[in-house]
Amino acid sequence: MRIDLFIPCFVDQMAPRVGMAVAAVLERLGHACGFRAAQTCCGQPSFNAGYWDEARAVAIRTVGVFEGAEAVVGPSGSCVAMLRVFYPQLLAGTPHETAALDLAARTFEFGEFLVKKLGVTDVGARFPHRVTYHDGCHGLRELRVKEEPRLLLKAVRDLELVECDEPESCCGFGGLFSVKYPMISTAMAEVKGGSLARTECDYIVSSDPSCQLQLDGWLSRNGKKPRTIHLAEVLAGADA
Amino acid sequence: MSPTRTGGARETILARVSEALRLPAPPPHLKSHALEPAPTGGLPVLPLEAARPWLPDGGDSADESRRILGENLGRLRAEFHRLADTAAAAEFVARLARDRGWRRVALHGDPLVTAAAGGLACDTYRVDAGSFDKHALEACDAGVTTCEALVAQTGSVLVSSATCGGRALSVLPHVHVVVATADRVVPTLGEALDAARVRHAGRLPSMLSLITGPSRTGDIERILVLGAHGPRELLVLLVG
Amino acid sequence: MTPPPDAVAHAVTEAADPRLAKKKFLHDAAERVRDSGHRAFVRKALGGYYATRDAQKARYRDYEQARDAASLAKWSAVNRLDELLPLFAANFAKNGGQVHWARDADEAREIILGLLRAARAKAVIKSKCMTSEEIHLNQAMEADGYGVVESDLGEFIQQLRGEPPYHFVFPCMHVRRDEISDLFQKHLGSAATSEPEELTMIARRHMRRLYVEADVGITGANFLVAETGQISITENEGNARLTAGLPRVHIAIAGIEKVIERLDDLAVLLPMLATAGTGQPLTCYNTLYAGPRREGECDGPEEMHVVLLDNRRSAILADPEQRDSLHCIRCGACLNVCPIFKNVGGFTYGTTYQGPIGSVITPHLRGLADWNHLSGASSLCGACTDACPVRIDIHHHLLHNRRNAARTAPGFLERLGHRLFVFAASRPWLFAAGGWAFRRSLGLLKVLRPPLLKDWLATRDLPPAPPRSFRSQWGRR
Repeated sequence: MRIDLFIPCFVDQMAPRVGMAVAAVLERLGHACGFRAAQTCCGQPSFNAGYWDEARAVAIRTVGVFEGAEAVVGPSGSCVAMLRVFYPQLLAGTPHETAALDLAARTFEFGEFLVKKLGVTDVGARFPHRVTYHDGCHGLRELRVKEEPRLLLKAVRDLELVECDEPESCCGFGGLFSVKYPMISTAMAEVKGGSLARTECDYIVSSDPSCQLQLDGWLSRNGKKPRTIHLAEVLAGADA
Repeated sequence: MSPTRTGGARETILARVSEALRLPAPPPHLKSHALEPAPTGGLPVLPLEAARPWLPDGGDSADESRRILGENLGRLRAEFHRLADTAAAAEFVARLARDRGWRRVALHGDPLVTAAAGGLACDTYRVDAGSFDKHALEACDAGVTTCEALVAQTGSVLVSSATCGGRALSVLPHVHVVVATADRVVPTLGEALDAARVRHAGRLPSMLSLITGPSRTGDIERILVLGAHGPRELLVLLVG
Repeated sequence: MTPPPDAVAHAVTEAADPRLAKKKFLHDAAERVRDSGHRAFVRKALGGYYATRDAQKARYRDYEQARDAASLAKWSAVNRLDELLPLFAANFAKNGGQVHWARDADEAREIILGLLRAARAKAVIKSKCMTSEEIHLNQAMEADGYGVVESDLGEFIQQLRGEPPYHFVFPCMHVRRDEISDLFQKHLGSAATSEPEELTMIARRHMRRLYVEADVGITGANFLVAETGQISITENEGNARLTAGLPRVHIAIAGIEKVIERLDDLAVLLPMLATAGTGQPLTCYNTLYAGPRREGECDGPEEMHVVLLDNRRSAILADPEQRDSLHCIRCGACLNVCPIFKNVGGFTYGTTYQGPIGSVITPHLRGLADWNHLSGASSLCGACTDACPVRIDIHHHLLHNRRNAARTAPGFLERLGHRLFVFAASRPWLFAAGGWAFRRSLGLLKVLRPPLLKDWLATRDLPPAPPRSFRSQWGRR
């Protein structure tokens, strides 16, 4: 299968290693990966702020960018939810609605893609550490991804997976919410970060780089030991 | 206030409602069952059998239902006693009154109730003999009533103001004793409500109440305390 | 008897000028999150909820199907309100009840004060009713000289504290037992105690006298059954039963959206209200009132009145996209699971209806421009929508409110910022150049701390910028 990588703008600029890890895993499994350089941003910041007309322009463009792709795979629950759940709503009633629905049917979150589309749980990875998993809210509630990352992690050699006591609690990023209501956002990071740190893990695995930004930001500022790592990096065999 | 103003209010509100409903709202996102169009061609309905089996079982047989009723009452911290006949019930109630040192017990004129209270040595107060005296009722230690139904599925007692001694008798005294024959046990809440609607068709009692355990509150630090304002104790005596 | 209000530092009713509502919200939120003792206490109070609720959910044979049934029952009723509202009124009147219609809060207050005057009321007892909070009924009654007592234990405590309810199901969940003991010592002259049971008994003894003396009882209603003309009231304590049972006059106030079609609908709605709200199979007392005392009944009020309140519910009804927010059965589940609520607390919202559903409907009830910040103060995690027993699309409605606000009252700078971002996002070379510039200047920006970045850096670190972007690395593979 030829897989078109959907690299969110944040990953492109601030966490490129996540994108490289996704490609590495998919290629190891025997699939060719492409990157359409015309992609920029999914438009989520404007959409979440309520500027739907502006977001619509970006959505139309992005739908065009991925036209004809067999499968579009991205390492972010929130950005994939944007394409799959919200583009059809945003473009409803426009001439682009069909194309949006078509793209939605071909767009997948990374962990979900491996397990549900490729039918793979063991990618031959090794990661000898104690980890816990943080469920990003978009992945969890918009895409209904919960078991897939855990199945993948359990198949990783020498990896110990533990659950925190607040598995479904939001990290508090929420896009611009994190800076428009920073005190609430920080309180939420404190609750989730605290819960994750209490597992005494070495790494916190996440499928959403925005959650990673928020959690790492709080953990580092508050002198906590664990740091986040993207699921793709664990599966690519990144070994600290 | 002037009649025209209030008359105007009804018309205004109904006009606003009619106007508002000219635009249809999408049906809810149901997870189970495709919606069937209503027989009248109006709004879709969920098949009735599909709407039923969602609460726990109420029992497929009289024995089953009695057993489930007893379990649920126990969970609710209500007492459940099976007594062979009215004589046994009278003995039970009399012994209860002696052990607790009750000085005055309230009741109503139902034959089963008067029979069950027949052995009481202390004073009794009949709420429905002559004019109602709320001070007299307030001074009683316990109230004895019958019920219209005992709902196995939820452990509830269904009382009405028409058949169970009015409104206050089953809620003001500190202890509520319910005396009922075995035929009052119904498996489910739906059946109990249905039966009540049919039984009282054309002449609804002014109050129908489902009592599910002794009165309780969690308002103080979410700690459960029984006997907030209603009875601290609820006893169900199943006769026969 | 009107207990004098206690001055409490963080008591909040509303911002005097609604345009300051956002500023007050931000201020109160900042203060509340700093109080880690308060936050920990509230988290502990709600901590047991998940386990209890999940245990009860597990007893359902199909909880998701139950949500469907509940959702459909409310959808059918709300979308036929034009038919069912008059049907309820007609049937209730047939049962001997009196119906009153109130277009807004002013009218509702006027009607109720009129009823109190006609009844020559001296003592009024109330059971928990958020609708009465919405119309500020207690203040109006007290101003007219009526002694009003809240009979629900949590509401009574809040009344003594001079605070509104903190949560619409758990009104005093933020209050410690020693604070309650002090309150009762001061207002009721009781002995100090730290036992919840003893405190409850103190309130019980105090309240019993009041039930018997009151001549008017005021309640809300959870549901209005059109088919039978009954109102349904759900409670655990028994105080509503006594409020509607002993006084001579019973007045119930309810929003028009409370109408359901059939008695049978309660067979799903009552258990769902209990399970989602408190994790109980059924709340302790679920009572249907058809009208005043019937001939042949030994007790009960001589008069029963229902006040049907619009107060801008018809405006929400007119919005097909958000009409389902009127399906709300006020269970409080969305508050229980909301990380915003748990961190800022109930008073910070500064308005009657708190939490996620409150953030959805308040802009409709009180003005979008002034109250949209409630819809903005959310990470859109969606826990509320997952918890809602009637499947209201709560977190998506927060998005819809944001969109509506951006259309009708956009912020100039904000819209400009988004337009610039979109302009860049439509030109990959420009987008990549902007990203490169951002990465290069990140170190400097961390020192300069411009707006937004400053808010982040106050409490969180930022990673260093990687030397090359993904597209740059990919290009060189």
